[in-house]
Amino acid sequence: MKKVYEIRFSGSGGQGIITAGMVLGEAASVFDGKYVVQTQSYGPEARGGACKTELMIADERVSYPKPELADILLVMSQASYDKYIDEVKEDAWVIVDSSTVKYKPARGVFPVPITKLAEEVVGNKVVANVVAMGVLSSLTNIVSYEALERSLLNRIPRGTEEMNKKALKLGKTLEFKDNV
Amino acid sequence: MLFYKLYKDKDGRKVGFVQGNEACAEAALAAGVRFFAGYPITPSSEIAQVLAEKLPMYGGRFIQMEDEIAAMAAIIGASMTGVKTLTATSGPGFSLKQENIGYACMNEVPCLIVNVQRAGPSTGLPTQVSQGDVMQTRWGTHGDHPIVVYSPCSVEETAELTITAINTSEKYRTPVILLMDETVAHMREKITLPHESEMKLFNRTRATVEPSDFRSFDTRFGDVPPFEPYGNEKGYRFHITGLNHDENGFPTSRQDEVVPYMDRIHRKIYNNLDDIIKVKEWNTDDADFLLIAFGTTVRTCLGAMEKGRKKGLKIGVLQLITVWPFADKVVARLAKKIENIFVVELNMGQIINEVSRAAAGHGKIKGINKYDGVFITPDEILTHLK
Amino acid sequence: MMEDIVHQYLRPKKKFPHVWCPGCGDGVVMNSLIRAIHSLKISRDNIVMVSGIGCSSRAPVYFDFCSLHSTHGRALPFATGVKLGNPKLTVIVISGDGDATAIGGNHFIHACRRNIDLKMVLINNNIYGMTGGQYSPTMPTGAYAATAPYGNIDRPFDICKLAVAAGANYVARSTAFHTFQIEKYFKEAIMKPGFAVIEAMTACPSLYSFYNKTGKGTDMMKALKDRAISIESAANMSPEDLKEKIVTGIFANGDAKPYTVAYQELMERAERSRVDEESI
Repeated sequence: MKKVYEIRFSGSGGQGIITAGMVLGEAASVFDGKYVVQTQSYGPEARGGACKTELMIADERVSYPKPELADILLVMSQASYDKYIDEVKEDAWVIVDSSTVKYKPARGVFPVPITKLAEEVVGNKVVANVVAMGVLSSLTNIVSYEALERSLLNRIPRGTEEMNKKALKLGKTLEFKDNV
Repeated sequence: MLFYKLYKDKDGRKVGFVQGNEACAEAALAAGVRFFAGYPITPSSEIAQVLAEKLPMYGGRFIQMEDEIAAMAAIIGASMTGVKTLTATSGPGFSLKQENIGYACMNEVPCLIVNVQRAGPSTGLPTQVSQGDVMQTRWGTHGDHPIVVYSPCSVEETAELTITAINTSEKYRTPVILLMDETVAHMREKITLPHESEMKLFNRTRATVEPSDFRSFDTRFGDVPPFEPYGNEKGYRFHITGLNHDENGFPTSRQDEVVPYMDRIHRKIYNNLDDIIKVKEWNTDDADFLLIAFGTTVRTCLGAMEKGRKKGLKIGVLQLITVWPFADKVVARLAKKIENIFVVELNMGQIINEVSRAAAGHGKIKGINKYDGVFITPDEILTHLK
Repeated sequence: MMEDIVHQYLRPKKKFPHVWCPGCGDGVVMNSLIRAIHSLKISRDNIVMVSGIGCSSRAPVYFDFCSLHSTHGRALPFATGVKLGNPKLTVIVISGDGDATAIGGNHFIHACRRNIDLKMVLINNNIYGMTGGQYSPTMPTGAYAATAPYGNIDRPFDICKLAVAAGANYVARSTAFHTFQIEKYFKEAIMKPGFAVIEAMTACPSLYSFYNKTGKGTDMMKALKDRAISIESAANMSPEDLKEKIVTGIFANGDAKPYTVAYQELMERAERSRVDEESI
C-alpha cells in the first residue's frame, strides 16, 4: 500500500515558507531518496498576502502532484490558518505558530510559539521557518535531521550557518503537545 | 543567481531537486546546447536565467535579444554555424516567433523552441496554467510544414525530452518544440542527468562530397540533407533562403522543384514516425475508460486512475508524449478496444479533434476541459466518469 | 579600366540574370563591397553574408560566400546569431531602408547599442521596390508612392544620425555614384571592431521615378552626384540649404568595446566561477 505524505506550509510573504518547502524537498529527495513533488504559489497569489508551498513525499513515484487534503499542515499566519485548517485529513498533524495565530485547540493541532522562540532563543525571527522545520522533523520521520540540516546549510547566506543550525536544533528538541 | 544546487550521486551523475524550467536548461546544457537567445517572459524566464549563468561557464553564449522575433532569428543564425541552440518562451512570445519557426522548417535548421504555455489568448493569465497552444505548435507558422512536438508530464521527463528533442532536431534537420505548461515549469522534482558517456547524442550529418559538388539541400543521400556549418573551413560555400529553393538553396518557383522539396521535408518526418512518436500507456489492457492527455494533466489522469480503480472503475491512461506528429495508430488501436474515451485538456477542446479523427468512428469520445487557469484535480475528472 | 574583380566572386552555380532593374544602384554598391573585401584579402570561407527581404537583400545569393537570405527585417538578429555562434566569422549584413528601419527598426537600434561586430550595408533607395513602390521610412515628405498618392506626410529618418545616437562604432554615408569613396568606407567598416553601418544612397529608376518623375537611371545617378555634399562642407550650411542634399562622410568612428570582446571577457569570468558538484 502506497503511502504519500501530503504536506502544506502556509504563511505570509517573507516568512521563508517557500524556502522551507525547497529545503524539505531537496532533503527528502536528493539525500533521503524519497520521491518528492513540490509546488508553490506563484505570480499574483505569491506577492504580498498569503503564500504557500505544498509537497508530496512518498516511497513511490507520485502521480497527482498536489495535496488534496493534507497529512501535515504548517500555518504561520492567521490568514493561512483560516484558509487551510479545514483542508486536512482526519488524522492530520497541524503545526500552528501560536505566537502569530489564534487557533482552536483540537486533537493533532500542535501550538508552538515558533516566531517568538526564533526571536527570543535564537535571536532573529528570520529563522522562524527553520525552527518550524525542526519541529516537523521531531514530529515525523518523513525526512532525516541530517538531510534537512545539510540541505538547509546549502541554501542560506554565508555567515548565518550557526544561527540556522541553532534554530533547527531548537525546533527538533522542543517539547510540545496538542493540549487536548 | 541559481535557486537550486546540483550534486553528484554515487555513480557520478548530476542530481538535483529542481523546477521543470531549471531541468530543461540543465538538460539542454548536458545535451550540448551552447547557444541561447531569448526574451523575458513569464512563465519561462527561469530557463533563460539558468543559461545566462551557466552557458558561459561551458564555452557557450547567451544573449537576451530585443524581442521574441529576434531571439528566434538568432538561434537559427547560430545553428547555421553548427552550434546546438535553444530558445524558450511562452504564449505571446511563441506567437511572435512563428514566422521564423517557418524559416527554420523551410531551411531545415536544427533548433529547439520551448513554449511554456500559459492561458490565452493575448496576454491571458500570465502566471497560470493552460494547454491552449497545442494546435498553434502544429499550425502556428503559415504554410504546410512538418513539426515535431514533445510534451513532458514531470520534471524528470522534461529533462529527458529536452535531450530527445535536441537529438530529433539534429537527426532530422528540423526545428522541434518542447511544449511545457506552467505546472511542470514551476514544480520541483528530482532529476538525474545521464553521464556524457551514457548519453546518446546525435549530431547533424556532415557532407562528404567535394566542395564543388556540395549542395545546401542535397537529396542524393536520403531525405535529410547533410549539413555543413558556416565557417566550415573546407570550402563549402552555400546559400539558404526562406524562398522556395532548389537543392543549391537558390530561389525557385519551378513546379518540378517545389513539389519534390515540399514532399521530401514532410517525408523525412512522416516516414520515421516509429522513431519520433512516443506514448506511454497505463492499464489500457483491461480498461473500460481511457483517459488521453499530454503534459502535466497526465499526472491528474494517473491520480484519477488510482482513485477510480480503488472504487472499481477500470481506468486506463494514454500519454501523448509526442503530441505532433499525432499518434494515429495508437489511438486507433485503443479506440477499437475501449468504449469510453475521455480527452483531458486544459483548453476548450483542441487535441480531442485529432483523437476523433484517429479513432475513425470507434469509441465514445468526450472532452474533459478546464480553462480557468487552475490545474485540474483527479476528482474533477472522476465526476465525468460516473 | 578597373580590374574585373567581381566576376571572381560570383557563385559558380548561380544562374543569371539577377533580379535588379536596369539603372538600379544595388549592383554598383555590391561591386564596391566586393572590391573592398578583395583588397582586404579576407578568405571567402570566413565571410557570411546575411540579408533581409527586399531588392538589395537579394544580393547575397549571387556571391560566393556562405549566405543567409532571412525574413523581412530580421537580417540583424539572424546575423547576431551567426556572429555569436562563430565569432571568428566576418559577418556582413545587406539590408534596405524598409527592411532595416521599418520592420527591422528595433533590431537596428539594438545592434547599434550592443555594438555587436556586424558590418551593415544599408542600401537606401527611399522606397519599397520589390513590393511595388510603397513609401519607406526614409522617403522625403511630399514625395509620391503607391501608398502615398497625395504625397507622403511622414517625416523621413536620418539613418546615420539614428545609428550614431544609438551607439554604433562606425557610421558613414555615401552614394552609388561615389564608388571609390564607398569602397573606402566598406574597408574601414570591415576593419573596425564593433558595429558598423554604411548607408549607401541609391536610386530606384523603376518605381521611385515612376511616382516622382525623377528620370532614368542615368538621371538619377547624376542627381546622386549633384546632391552629395561632404559632412565637412555641410557643417557650415543652413538646414534650408541642406534640404535637397545628401550629406556624405563619416559620422562616427569610435572605439567602444565590441560585444563579442565583452562576451569573451564574461566567459572567462564565468569559467572561473565554475565549481564541481559536491557528492551526496
